[in-house]
Amino acid sequence: MSIISAYIRRGYRGFRGEVLVLPSRTIVVLFCLTLFLLPLITTHPYYLRILIMASIFALFAASWDLLSGFTGQISFGHALFFGVAAYTSALLNLNIGLPTWLTIPLGALAAVLAGLVIGVPCLRLRGAYLALATLAFPLILTGIVFVIPDITGGELGVSGIDRLSGSRVIEYYIVIALMVTLGFVMWKIADSKTGIIFHAIREDELTARASGINTTKYKLLAFCLSGLFAGVAGGLYVHFMRIAGPSTLELILSFQVIIWAIFGGIATIYGPIAGAFILVLLMEFLTVKPEIRMLVFAIVVLLLLLFMPQGLTTWVRDKTEKVCPRCKLRNIATRKSCRVCTADLD
Amino acid sequence: MVERIIIHGLIDGGVYALLAVGFTLIFGVARIINLAHTAFYMLAAYLILTFANSLGLPLVSSVILSIIAVTIMGVFSYKLVIDPVRGHETTILIVTIALAIIIQEAMLMEYGGGFQRVPSLISGYTKILGTKVLYQQILTFGVVLFILLGTWALLMKTRLGIAIRSTAQDREVANLMGINVTRTGMITMAISVTLAAIAGALVAPLQVLGPHMWMHPLVMVLAVVVLGGLGSIKGSLLGAFVLGFAETMVVVLVPTGAFLKGAVALGVMLVVILIRPEGLFGVSFEEER
Repeated sequence: MSIISAYIRRGYRGFRGEVLVLPSRTIVVLFCLTLFLLPLITTHPYYLRILIMASIFALFAASWDLLSGFTGQISFGHALFFGVAAYTSALLNLNIGLPTWLTIPLGALAAVLAGLVIGVPCLRLRGAYLALATLAFPLILTGIVFVIPDITGGELGVSGIDRLSGSRVIEYYIVIALMVTLGFVMWKIADSKTGIIFHAIREDELTARASGINTTKYKLLAFCLSGLFAGVAGGLYVHFMRIAGPSTLELILSFQVIIWAIFGGIATIYGPIAGAFILVLLMEFLTVKPEIRMLVFAIVVLLLLLFMPQGLTTWVRDKTEKVCPRCKLRNIATRKSCRVCTADLD
Repeated sequence: MVERIIIHGLIDGGVYALLAVGFTLIFGVARIINLAHTAFYMLAAYLILTFANSLGLPLVSSVILSIIAVTIMGVFSYKLVIDPVRGHETTILIVTIALAIIIQEAMLMEYGGGFQRVPSLISGYTKILGTKVLYQQILTFGVVLFILLGTWALLMKTRLGIAIRSTAQDREVANLMGINVTRTGMITMAISVTLAAIAGALVAPLQVLGPHMWMHPLVMVLAVVVLGGLGSIKGSLLGAFVLGFAETMVVVLVPTGAFLKGAVALGVMLVVILIRPEGLFGVSFEEER
């Protein structure tokens, strides 16, 4: 018994030392808890539906962040990954009858291949050229979708796909759990050595290469990883909406993901997730006045970015935390000295 | 067939050229990817309707008024929302997308989602090589040529043009040489938006207007400037005509596959930049650190 309680105490100490010391981490934990406990309060299908959509898009926005925020390879055509995975999952499920738990990973795999296909030619491009070239791919694919309507359903898309699960609550838990887990995995990747290399490539590719980093390999890796996570989002989307149409490849979806990510704050992973949740909920809230919905949405985004050009979460983080000048760890803004190396803050 | 391709390709290419030159100018001078560029083009087309129908002004003066009004709006939006975030290149992207969405929604509220038509400045048509050509199309092409020549003269022959070109080449050094780069940026934005507005006013009678009409030209303009090389006027001109012709060829040769026109044009762009990553006449910018 005492061993168990010792473990619990140790776990709590770790939790207090690693999570509760920073407001941003506390907010993340509270947010996850709220998401998981929400069905205890309400199981109304409408609310669950909104949150499921928000989670799928949050995952999608975070995958954009991994490629564009961290590695700096700004993608204007992120809908490609989403759409490729959506169509792959839908067609596999419908034509071959594969179960959901197999079609989503296979869809994500197809998105990884798409990442390779667009990553290889795009390696030579940089900056604005890359952004504008990636824009072309989903639009070209849309053209192909319209050319073979027998397979893809043309403008109407593919419908009649299996649901994720029979019950809305279980669907909710599947999506939420996947979003939180994959979000955490992305955050870990961004925090690892690979993530540091991604940062280095964004800041100065030439210097990164001069330091002996195979930037080509890492840029391709970023494309594939981003495709993987975006593909999972696409697969979830298609099994939740039960239709895969050309709207999954649209220009406006590629723009939406950029809006969510930059609104939340790029190069943070949690920023795009927060951005997607806030903006999707805002859009749902605004359905009471559908004719001004997009207008209000755009004005809110515009005004917020004028005051916080780095995005919402980055602004909040900079207000509540400071970086220790000696050991570069983050500390709550109220502290006078660093929590680890006791150096004077500011 | 060939005549149709040539005539329509020239007109489409001309309009894309007007749009792309404006886009590439403001990118060169201020490094702004202005995704709201074609929204201003749409705004100009719609404002003609307002001035002509609601206020009852004659068509010619409403065209001129709408171009002026759009230019003023463009400069204001540059001053108020684009310039303050100029340091953050990703933020500019969404600020300009948001601007485009605001314009789109304003049009949707004002005119509804239905399609609208603008009367031509001159009606009637003639036959060139056996193909029916509207006078409005000839007028469009003439004005496009005139405006492009005018822009070229402005850039090459005037002091302002030198200021714009030197700011595009190296902002810091231009500043040290006593050029007011902030003002040059604003003037360039005005020129850029004016070019977009002229393009919008010219094609308005040739197209049906809808609140989403900015999307397709935006994609095409982005493809054109990448194809020609960002920041290069010469490249934008060439790229616009290449893609204009590519699009027209798809529409004329494969009438059932008209939805492919965007895909083919983008495919052409991809092939070119895979061979030449900086576009046809790309200016290699100093690495900005």
